[in-house]
Amino acid sequence: MKLDSLIPAPLRKPAKPGEGNGAKGPAPADLKSAPPERPSDTKRLTDRAVEAPVDVLAWVDQRTAASGFLTGMLYRKVPKGTNWFYTLGSATLIAFVAQAITGVFLAMFYTPSTTQAYASISHINNEVFLGALVHGMHKWGSSVMVILVFLHMGRTFFFGAYKYPRELNWVIGVVLLILTMTMAFTGYLLPFDQRSFWASVVGININGTGPVVGPYLSDFLRAGPELGATTLSRFYAIHMLLVPGAIIALIGAHLYLVVKLGTTAPPWVHAEKPKGATPVAQLDAGAEGNGATPAS
Amino acid sequence: MSDETDKQNGAEARARPQRPQPEPPGYFEGESMTRRRAFTVAVQGLGGVAGAAIVLPAVGFAVAPIFHRGKERWEAVGPVGDFVEDTYRQVVFTETEGIGDAGKTTAYVRKGSKLFDEDPKSFIAVSNRCVHLGCPVRFVEAAGNFICPCHGGVYDFQGKRIGGPPVRPLDQFQTRIRNGQVELGPRYSVTSQLEPVRARDPGEFTGGIWEYLYPPRPSTFPPPSG
Repeated sequence: MKLDSLIPAPLRKPAKPGEGNGAKGPAPADLKSAPPERPSDTKRLTDRAVEAPVDVLAWVDQRTAASGFLTGMLYRKVPKGTNWFYTLGSATLIAFVAQAITGVFLAMFYTPSTTQAYASISHINNEVFLGALVHGMHKWGSSVMVILVFLHMGRTFFFGAYKYPRELNWVIGVVLLILTMTMAFTGYLLPFDQRSFWASVVGININGTGPVVGPYLSDFLRAGPELGATTLSRFYAIHMLLVPGAIIALIGAHLYLVVKLGTTAPPWVHAEKPKGATPVAQLDAGAEGNGATPAS
Repeated sequence: MSDETDKQNGAEARARPQRPQPEPPGYFEGESMTRRRAFTVAVQGLGGVAGAAIVLPAVGFAVAPIFHRGKERWEAVGPVGDFVEDTYRQVVFTETEGIGDAGKTTAYVRKGSKLFDEDPKSFIAVSNRCVHLGCPVRFVEAAGNFICPCHGGVYDFQGKRIGGPPVRPLDQFQTRIRNGQVELGPRYSVTSQLEPVRARDPGEFTGGIWEYLYPPRPSTFPPPSG
């Protein structure tokens, strides 16, 4: 209850039916015969101070009407049987956010130039305070994100959560998977050491084996017939400007649909039978259920 | 005002004779489009033009390298006397300028051999780029073969594929002699019969129908004639 007073009324968790005190509160005391004692100035100031953050939130809420959206999103119903597998999507989101944050700080030290890229990475790893840690988080975090994306996809598939009406969310998820792979591929070249150079050569050449358009796509990725200086800046721009923007936009659409459509129950949880319902087998045998006549 | 009058007023309003309605509704006589619709179309068209003015140059800027062919580049790799016809000599030269060591590539150079019906005054420069996926192959003197360390591609003395996943013979570089020096020029690919075609990326077949499935790119140089 103490905590509840810190949350603006519109943001409070709505009471369950039968638990609230209804529209009218308890009857007011007889104010004439027993007027309430005036609280001390200190107490009133403290009360105001405690309420200040509430007032600020209320001020924002009055101008944005965000509380309706937030309560709808935060207190939405989830089906019975929701379990730890349902956290894989959030885990992927957290992995992406970690990549975004570490990436922004890596970009402050990284130089996307063929002659300085490797030196700038060594500088990050060997001289910048905690540089090796931030770079390591970004490097290993990328693998974590790819793995989580696939686990999340597997959960969705095996729980049948891609079915009507959630097909579009599956499609958006597949696009997000492709974009994640694009991030992993373009990010691999950036250190510009032997491993990343030759891995990118091989990757671009695999891409070029697509008939008819493959060779042109390779030229587009390399910005020319051979992997060169413009390839690195091109990959850098794709890696930190083009794809992250697309990913953020699509994550927004993905989450909107999750909230809008709700999540699915695991396949082993079934809807409860209404009381007094006749089993389907008996209906087929001609029995009457709930007063309805079975189709003949 | 009582409810009664309200009702009567409403009845009067309904009873009032209507203005002649244009056909179709909302259009003046002789018009094919309402004013509102004309403005909607015009503003949307203007928005489209403004959007295209921003997007098209940006897309063109990003796609332009596909159609750009760089300057033809020749580099001397050693005097004519350095090369023999029965084995290769490894040379390193710059294929892409501006990216330091990463722009260098390796070629194996020998003189033309009568054994393979080649002009003995010509020079053959075989690229060390494996045509499977672009790993660097090396010439193994004892076997007389080119061998790729990545996925086990094997090529014979002329660069023809004899094993592993590669899809065509090794690429070659154009050669010429200037001032007693052998010079290497643009890269070109060859068919399985060693006929020169425009340079292809690794993994792409050459010759026959493959010339259409993997079309030559505008960024590559024409192959040497003959």
